[in-house]
Amino acid sequence: MFFTYLRRELRNRRKQTIVVAIGLSVAIALVIVVSSVSTGVKNAQSEVLESVYGVGTDITVTQPAGGPGEGAAPARRFDFGEEDGEASEDGTRSLAQDRLSTAMGSTSFDAAALETVSGLDHVSGVAATLDLQNMSFSGEMPDMEALQEGDGPATLQMGPDGAGEGSAGGSSFEIEQFTVTGVDPDAAAVGPLTTAEVADGRTLAADDENVAVLDATYAEQQGLAVGDTITAGGKDLEIVGTVASSTGDGVATASDAYLPLATAQTLADLADQVTDVYVQVDSAENVDAVAAAVEDELPDASVSTQSDLAEGVTGSLSTASNLIGTLGTWLSAIVLAAAFGLAILFTVSGVNRRTRELGTLKAIGWSKGRVVGQVAGESVVQGLIGGAAGLALGALAVWAVNLSGITLSGASGGFTMGGGTGPMSAGAVQGGDTAPEGAGGSAFGERADTLAGAAGNAVDVVLQAPVSLWIVLAAVGLAVLGGLLAGVVGGQRAARLRPAEALRSLA
Amino acid sequence: MYQIDDLTKTYRQGKRVVRALRGVSLTIGDGELVAVQGPTGGGKSTLLQMLGGLDRPTSGTVKLDGTDLAGMSDAQLTAARAETIGFVFQNFNLIPTLTALENVETALVPARLARQSRTARALAALDSVGLGDRGDHLPGELSGGQQQRVAIARALVKNPKVLLADEPTGNLDEETRDEIVDLIEGLWKEQGLTIVLVTHDSVVARRTPRRLRIAKGAMKELSAA
Ligand SMILES: Nc1ncnc2c1ncn2[C@@H]1O[C@H](COP(=O)(O)OP(=O)(O)OP(=O)(O)O)[C@@H](O)[C@H]1O
Ligand SMILES: [Mg+2]
Repeated sequence: MFFTYLRRELRNRRKQTIVVAIGLSVAIALVIVVSSVSTGVKNAQSEVLESVYGVGTDITVTQPAGGPGEGAAPARRFDFGEEDGEASEDGTRSLAQDRLSTAMGSTSFDAAALETVSGLDHVSGVAATLDLQNMSFSGEMPDMEALQEGDGPATLQMGPDGAGEGSAGGSSFEIEQFTVTGVDPDAAAVGPLTTAEVADGRTLAADDENVAVLDATYAEQQGLAVGDTITAGGKDLEIVGTVASSTGDGVATASDAYLPLATAQTLADLADQVTDVYVQVDSAENVDAVAAAVEDELPDASVSTQSDLAEGVTGSLSTASNLIGTLGTWLSAIVLAAAFGLAILFTVSGVNRRTRELGTLKAIGWSKGRVVGQVAGESVVQGLIGGAAGLALGALAVWAVNLSGITLSGASGGFTMGGGTGPMSAGAVQGGDTAPEGAGGSAFGERADTLAGAAGNAVDVVLQAPVSLWIVLAAVGLAVLGGLLAGVVGGQRAARLRPAEALRSLA
Repeated sequence: MYQIDDLTKTYRQGKRVVRALRGVSLTIGDGELVAVQGPTGGGKSTLLQMLGGLDRPTSGTVKLDGTDLAGMSDAQLTAARAETIGFVFQNFNLIPTLTALENVETALVPARLARQSRTARALAALDSVGLGDRGDHLPGELSGGQQQRVAIARALVKNPKVLLADEPTGNLDEETRDEIVDLIEGLWKEQGLTIVLVTHDSVVARRTPRRLRIAKGAMKELSAA
């Protein structure tokens, strides 16, 4: 009788049932979409972080540039003396220089910090890296005397890949740059290489010296393969392998080239110096405590936890994250509240309309509980219908989102300095001004640096919004909750109803 | 069956106080058929509510088979309504979304019978009011007289001791009225029920062995059997 009566009532009140179910289903669908997209965005964020910092890193330790660190920032300029290079017959000089130094915005510090950190409680793994930047300059300078007669300004065009070509008053030169990370081959559990997979050849081994492993994407761009050599810090290094990111196809790893830490330190002339310490903590609840301890031990260092880093992710990813976080949550809360209100309103008005009917049931011996159960049951089933429809609608929407392959681009704040990907307009060099100083010293060494890594660290991630069992359960739970809420309010009314209402003679 | 002693019922609506029953005393024997007449607002329905345990008296006692309804808990009153008392209403009060048969079955729901025996008993009750072939009709598809027959079947399907009817013919034309009164009279004779029949209609009242009159909350015996 319970189900027969329930079914008949809902069918009889078809319009209300449909309106309430639609209201609830839209709200539920919205909750599903918002929560699954926000999970997707979070996943994308950690993908970005992982491709930059590696898996399992809970804390990173760096030293801010300009800090009172031991490693003074090296000079970021190419100095070409007038006698450098080889002069050809027409007086033009060919120049080439190759320099390996820390990237702008990062400073190296003593590797002793590694020991300090690994000695702390709850630290389960540490690794240090030396993040560097290799810049090579090659070009031809015209005869200085000819230049002094005053030619027009030189312009330098930088392409998005960080390589530039330019000409300065009859001179032509090229700038090549790539990012280099010195890693400790022994500390494989933490650090940027944890998300990298060997694509070709092998990875770095403990006794390696003067070899390099390249990012597969970079290697392809440059037409380099295992067995070739790459020049870093003026030294030719044998390429023993290439690595690719395990987080996605075509996703670049953190750096263009990986060198054994000792080799990198030697070539950059930074003995016993590192730029980043990656820390793994034994369990998530100790992360903040360990971060605080590291800050105590290394007062000059900048300590970032995974969640600090997540906040540092910039780009469309962070926009999406904010949008979902605020607008999405508010919108679903409002729609949910409206749907609940609608369900309650209809249930209450239904009970009011059925005063005599429900009073009659009480008069013929139905208990209060049975009448309340009947009314509440109707609402809960309405909620279930809404929940099922919402689930379908939400799944459809999430499926559409996933199918549309929205690409989010994220960069981790600490790494992209310039962030610019267009032509470097500020890179105009007044050839006429610099040339008379004789040495042909170009000032763009500083500027070129700002391009560093812009290409390497901005990671594109295709948004994949997962629908987890939890989301499904929560959504259905919400729908049932809406139904229950309406049922409780309506049922309370039904419970208060006097059986004597059955005798009211007005129809 | 009923022993009513100095029964009063006072309704309060804000400042207004309505004394619907002012000290009614009355005894109704087992198997009696009693008609209650009186002007509108006189307190007829109020008396019926007290007899049926639908509401509680302000003072006095209503003993049903020796037990005071006023002293019962809500659950006990619900049980009494489910087992002992059958109601018939002026507006039939059928559930519009349920069929005739299902409406009769609702009266057996509190008894928690097996579905089959519940349906069988409901069918038998419909048969006894002459509607055995209309079980799957919705109330809206039945005439007023037929609806009231369904309501009578619903009241009697649980074999109550008492049938309380409030203006059961009030919404029916004369011909149908007579049919319904015939039916009630027949059931009374067959089953030995105690029946209290509230009616405006003197024609109906005149057919009963005992007639009471309530006006302004006070009761007067018109004729005793
Ligand atoms: N729930 C209530 N609240 C307030 N006053 C009520 C209530 N029920 C009945 N009354 C009042 O009590 C008095 C008796 O009402 P009752 O319904 O018993 O009269 P009745 O004899 O059945 O009248 P009718 O022939 O119109 O059905 C009336 O004045 C009525 O207004
Ligand atoms: Mg009345």
